[in-house]
Amino acid sequence: MKKLLALLLAGAMALSMVACGGSEPAAPEAETGSVYYLNFKPEQDAQWQALAEAYTTETGVPVTVVTAASGEYETTLMAEMSKDEAPTLFQVNGPVGLANWKDYCYDFAGSDVYNELSGDSFALIEDGKVYGIAYVVETYGIIANTKLLEAAGYTTADIASFADLKAVAEDITARSAELGFAAFSSAGMDGSSDWRFKTHLANLPLTFEYQTEGITPGTVKGTYLDNYRAIWDLYINNSTCDPAELSAKTGNDAVTEMVEGKAVFYQNGTWAAGDLAAIIDDLTMIPLYIGVGDEANQGLCTGSENYWCVNSQASQADIDATLAFLNWCVTSETGLNGMCKEMGFVIPFAKALEADNKFVQEANAMIAAGKTPVGWNFPTMPSEEWKNMVGSALTAYAADQTDDNWAAVVKNFVDGWAAEYALANG
Amino acid sequence: MEKAVKKYSPIFVLPTLLAFTIGFIVPFFEGLYLSFCQFTTVKNAKWVGISNYTRVFADEAFLHSFGFTVKYAVVAIVLINVIALGLALLLTRNIKGTNIFRTVFFMPNLIGGIVLGYIWQILINCVLALVGQPLLALNSQAGYWGIIILTAWQQIGYMMIIYIAGLQNVPEDLIEAAQIDGATQWETFWKVKLPMIMSSITVCVFLTLTNSFKLFDQNLALTGGEPNHLTEMLALNIYQTFYARAGLQWKGLGQAKAVLFCLLVVVISFAQLKATRSKEVQQ
Repeated sequence: MKKLLALLLAGAMALSMVACGGSEPAAPEAETGSVYYLNFKPEQDAQWQALAEAYTTETGVPVTVVTAASGEYETTLMAEMSKDEAPTLFQVNGPVGLANWKDYCYDFAGSDVYNELSGDSFALIEDGKVYGIAYVVETYGIIANTKLLEAAGYTTADIASFADLKAVAEDITARSAELGFAAFSSAGMDGSSDWRFKTHLANLPLTFEYQTEGITPGTVKGTYLDNYRAIWDLYINNSTCDPAELSAKTGNDAVTEMVEGKAVFYQNGTWAAGDLAAIIDDLTMIPLYIGVGDEANQGLCTGSENYWCVNSQASQADIDATLAFLNWCVTSETGLNGMCKEMGFVIPFAKALEADNKFVQEANAMIAAGKTPVGWNFPTMPSEEWKNMVGSALTAYAADQTDDNWAAVVKNFVDGWAAEYALANG
Repeated sequence: MEKAVKKYSPIFVLPTLLAFTIGFIVPFFEGLYLSFCQFTTVKNAKWVGISNYTRVFADEAFLHSFGFTVKYAVVAIVLINVIALGLALLLTRNIKGTNIFRTVFFMPNLIGGIVLGYIWQILINCVLALVGQPLLALNSQAGYWGIIILTAWQQIGYMMIIYIAGLQNVPEDLIEAAQIDGATQWETFWKVKLPMIMSSITVCVFLTLTNSFKLFDQNLALTGGEPNHLTEMLALNIYQTFYARAGLQWKGLGQAKAVLFCLLVVVISFAQLKATRSKEVQQ
């Protein structure tokens, strides 16, 4: 009996070894190279897989696309990069993200895909080297429900400055019981939503400061923080909920309020079109006015924080294969269709196709009408920690709107910037 | 037979030893090495000496998280063990429905820390909103007590089972002899039962102590360290240093913190084991 058992166990072990040996992937041919893309955007995973398959059928070059779970990109990338079969293509979110991965970024200069790029403002260039190129341009502003706005007796044409926005919002708040909806959806400060304010909204005072005061690395003055306070006050005091509850409100809460018609305004970007598909016909995007600069000609906030980087530590064959794949994505018909139509991206490349996304079309129309887009300067924020500090202070201020609490926001914004910059570059 | 076992013991030990070496010993020493390096991925490390360790002690958030962890551990260990022992005493008295009670008290332990964290976050936020207090993300006091309540709720059942097992092993004749000698209920508990279950106490205190220092999931899900790292415990602080920070200098710092953390947990646990072991009695 014992012998039989031992035999069985030995057999099982041998079998599992054979099974392991059999399932080993066939090694790609060395001279053609292969592509391994660690994708950042879970919402576009299926489309990337399809595009990879199409490329492999067309050229025979194997392309693997792996998508990191939402919020897990850095950890996944760190683990994957330590492997022998490391990603040949990955992404960073701007200069701060680049700091982590600079040693792994291949210089795009002279490559075909870089030559297709619409301009150097879409590239991450440091020390004369092109470390990353943006592959999607996004836009945000205030999404407004025109139907509800009309019910309150206004149109978007009535809102052409911060003063207008304030007047409209406060009027809606005054009559909210009668109208049945609030001006702003909840400005949730839960992790799923706080980036809309600590990052995207904070971009406005930052950008205007860069414009008027110039850029001094390592310091900000906080010139327009009073305007930041004014719009934050407007958001939290004309909203669907008590400001003290904001710390626990999520991104989904705000989406639900919009879809259910409980609020007119919602600060978010082109990527939100999918979430709001049910009421997209009633929606439009208006510029995010904070009462600074030439508001009559202010456009939406347009920029990118998604940059492709090619792993410089991969073999030359893999690097070449990856560059060829990228070039195919932004020049071939199948590639362009996949990126612009299937994924709905606005891509900053010469041959880009028109996007179907309603907000994107509006953003383009606004640029065509001569409005000046507000740039994305939040990738220059010194660290995630800085954003979290500002976010925490904003939440605390929302719950108890005193001057002291606002002073904490200003302190974290200005002093925190210097401290975090020193830590990051010290 | 015994000779044969001795002769072949290395072969029997080998698989476990291999797994232990691959899964623990090698990573531990690699980690130790990395704590003296600057690196992004583990393959590409540059030796920088002890600078990571000097920076650990200049990191205020880390020192605060250490203090917070100690404050949490003291209260949690006492609370969990006292309540668990109390429940164990109640549930070894042949009360009706004992088994149901035992099962119910044990159940929270079966749910994962992240899920529990989010459930309790909703519960506590509701209560705070009702009494007009700042919510968890703004309220470090509530965060502190929240973590204690959560982990107590989760771990009491588990410790209770261990104490019940210990209490059931106390010989009946000892208790009977004590009662014949005229010992009161309290004296029986304090002078007979308690010394007899010292080994259970050693195990439970060891478990709650190491759990307290290693606490991560519940902390991450319930407060996430908010507000401003005030409710951040050691493990979460290390995780944040390693993953939430961009830049070359952070990974080595996180690694140095992790090594210190490991040493700390080992030292404290050994000290505790030694202290409680010395009080154990042989039957």
